[in-house]
Amino acid sequence: MTIRTLRDYGQHYRPRMACLKNVEVFVVEMQDPKSGVKGADQKLNVTIIPHVINGQDILAWIVTKMKVTTEEAQAFGTMLVAYGYIYPLQNHRKLVLVPDSTLYRFQTPYFWPVQKWPAEDIDYAIYLARRNIRKKGMLEPYEQQHYDNLHKWMNPKWDFIVMQATEQYKANKERKKPDRVVLDCQERAYWIVHRPPRRTHSAMDYGLDRLIDPNAEEVLTFDVVRRTNIFLTQALMRSAVKSSMSLTAFVKFVTTHHNHDPFLTTPVPSNPWITDSDEFWQLNSRSVDIPTKLSVERWVLSFWELISDPRGRVDFKLFLKKEHSAENMAFYEAAEEMRWGAASAIPEKSQFIFNTFLKPGAPRWINIDGRTMGLTVKGLVVPHRYVLDAAQTHIFLLMKKDTFYRYLKSPVHKDMQKRALVPAPHVFTDAQLEANVRNRNPGVSPILQWQQEEEEKAAAAVAARPIDVKAMVATNKLDRK
Amino acid sequence: MNSPPHFICTPFSLMACQGLASGETLKSLKAESETLRKKLEEERKKLHDVELEKVAEKAEALGELNMKTRRTLKGHGNKVLCMDWCKDKRRIVSSSQDGKVIVWDAFTTNKEHAVTMPTTWVMACAYAPSGCAIACGGLDNKCSVYPLSLDKDENLAAKKKSVAMHTNYLSGCTFTNSDMQILTSSGDGTSALWDVESGQLLQSFHGHSADVLTLDLAPSETGNTFVSGGSDKKANVWDLRSGQNVQSFDTHDSDINCVKYYPSGDAFASASDDSTCRLFDLRADREVSIYSKDSIMFGAASVDFSLSGRLLFAGYNDYTINVWDVLKGTRVAILFGHENRVSSLRVSPDGTAFCSGSWDNTLRVRQEGRGVVRELKQGGTTPYLKNIFLFN
Repeated sequence: MTIRTLRDYGQHYRPRMACLKNVEVFVVEMQDPKSGVKGADQKLNVTIIPHVINGQDILAWIVTKMKVTTEEAQAFGTMLVAYGYIYPLQNHRKLVLVPDSTLYRFQTPYFWPVQKWPAEDIDYAIYLARRNIRKKGMLEPYEQQHYDNLHKWMNPKWDFIVMQATEQYKANKERKKPDRVVLDCQERAYWIVHRPPRRTHSAMDYGLDRLIDPNAEEVLTFDVVRRTNIFLTQALMRSAVKSSMSLTAFVKFVTTHHNHDPFLTTPVPSNPWITDSDEFWQLNSRSVDIPTKLSVERWVLSFWELISDPRGRVDFKLFLKKEHSAENMAFYEAAEEMRWGAASAIPEKSQFIFNTFLKPGAPRWINIDGRTMGLTVKGLVVPHRYVLDAAQTHIFLLMKKDTFYRYLKSPVHKDMQKRALVPAPHVFTDAQLEANVRNRNPGVSPILQWQQEEEEKAAAAVAARPIDVKAMVATNKLDRK
Repeated sequence: MNSPPHFICTPFSLMACQGLASGETLKSLKAESETLRKKLEEERKKLHDVELEKVAEKAEALGELNMKTRRTLKGHGNKVLCMDWCKDKRRIVSSSQDGKVIVWDAFTTNKEHAVTMPTTWVMACAYAPSGCAIACGGLDNKCSVYPLSLDKDENLAAKKKSVAMHTNYLSGCTFTNSDMQILTSSGDGTSALWDVESGQLLQSFHGHSADVLTLDLAPSETGNTFVSGGSDKKANVWDLRSGQNVQSFDTHDSDINCVKYYPSGDAFASASDDSTCRLFDLRADREVSIYSKDSIMFGAASVDFSLSGRLLFAGYNDYTINVWDVLKGTRVAILFGHENRVSSLRVSPDGTAFCSGSWDNTLRVRQEGRGVVRELKQGGTTPYLKNIFLFN
């Protein structure tokens, strides 16, 4: 129902219906008297309706023509009905293709869905008024509702509507009975598609209108063209990579991740969605003691994989602690926090980062080259969220190209590889599976987990703060008596 | 008369808006545009030395995939328009046409939270990376962030925060790497980056000539770009920091309904109303593959990759889901079950399942069925579950 509400958002344009063109070609072929679907005359009540086809024939024809399976053909057939190219004769509200002897007819091209012209409210009002004139009380409840609404909104035009309706009613009476019945069916089908009752899935119910007309030609003013030219010049300056190189990279990525993809390799111990046991998630969680072998293998693939996995990051940090170079990771994390954090926290964070990592003699001073350090410190005078980008990239590349490889050779990692679990795949009996369904673990709420992680982070931050010797002496903590 | 840019003018934008210089006409500019385009095409052609099918011959063939619906989430009273997974791999937020946004624990099929928005057609919803908040928006032109609480009786609408403010409907939203920033796309043709706490606009992205229908953030280590697709048939890649449009792809024949990055971040797939899904290579700056079939005539509404990037799941307007082999370009499986359009489709963060939301008011979670002795019956309300949360 396209009633224009008071808050008109300016969305008036129907989205492109790109499928209609191809579907129309298909439907025309379907109707071909020689090679199309065979129709017959059908007796309905007292009248004989010509060119009636049944669901089975339609399905068989689609299967042969498109060379698809029956299920696919049924889905396609249902779409033809949902768009209104074919309409059912009996159960006219359900717009699906039923592959048995249910009767359908082809809709006349006059009533085919068209992209350009929406089904107008005024036509609908005339239609409903005509049905009302023909026999009072023949309107269904949803139609009655529409009728009342239209009567309210189109009150000024109502005389015209009633006049049109009466004229059409009179013209209808002059027609022969079979023609009248067919026309009635066609019109009813049209309006069911374009003004669907509740619980009817009509394909013309496309959602919202668009703001900008998708079918209008883009107006090319001079500045639009200029912008395009600037964009193209920049694109030419940018270097692109050879197809062979980038495509091989895709294949490589797929091959290396093949074993980690649950759709391609059954996960061990079992996929939680299938067996209702969430052991898989528990074994791969952040706080687990010993990770699975698959996880460890994934960490080896690249530095990014290692730090994207929370458990991997924990392991890496452990290694860094042993190497006494934890400040790199800490700086990286602090810089990430600043970049993605709240705007109001930027001055405070930048101050903290400067004091902890960057100033000469800082407790966790990071080792970056002089030029980057100079740029960063200068930028920190007026901090913005991307001020640490240069330093962060430098540290990230350092960790990626140097520290990561040392990690892979380290005893921490090798030890982890040896200890990593290979969980046995679950074998559940039917009874156990049913028990699993009943006892599905609700798990920990992410909110609680987040709070836990925050507390851990705060504790780690306190622990990482340098010990102030003077303060400890002052409070007599170092005194041994 | 074009509207002036709302953001800080870069030198390029200023250059573009200046009046015609002497000797320049619209015709000369258009001619220049043509020559530049031809030159770019030539350059790109030189680098195009092999097709994806050829390179993919090395990859082993896929076995048969047998996917079944494992969970059906019923509870929405109207079309489900959008859904998103939580990082804990089991919770889902979904939004529908009647304004309801529901947070489910898809594993147990419990509804955990429900919010009724004061607007209909909530077309965008997103789960925060921490799992502590959700963002949603639609016809109200705003994106609102609702912090979730452990207290089941608390009225979530009380703590609602209005973050984004557009001049037309919100078509997509996503959190960046933290809870503090949101990226939104709108029907008014722009995308924007917002600071959640203050509601401040951090960066806006202009360049589409029609409604922007979808966006996706890059998963790469630099995390600096995102791609958006619009009703103008273009998919644009933007730099978050500068607001510039870095790459543009316009090979589709109709509106782009959904864009999703490849797991490595070097490519992205798009689903369009012209019934095709396409793969675009960002490094080679070209379209590399088209996923289409003569028997598929209806628009694709949503796409997502599996974890390894081998499979592409696409939901269509003909109520089906097609699964494509990304490398070989063939269709691996077709899934049925929904009774209306599949409006949104996402793979879970660890790739164990994917969820499809449809206009038939339900969401279905599906997974590979190899090695399972029997199929389990699931539903929205089993009598064995404790703690069923009832919401109106």
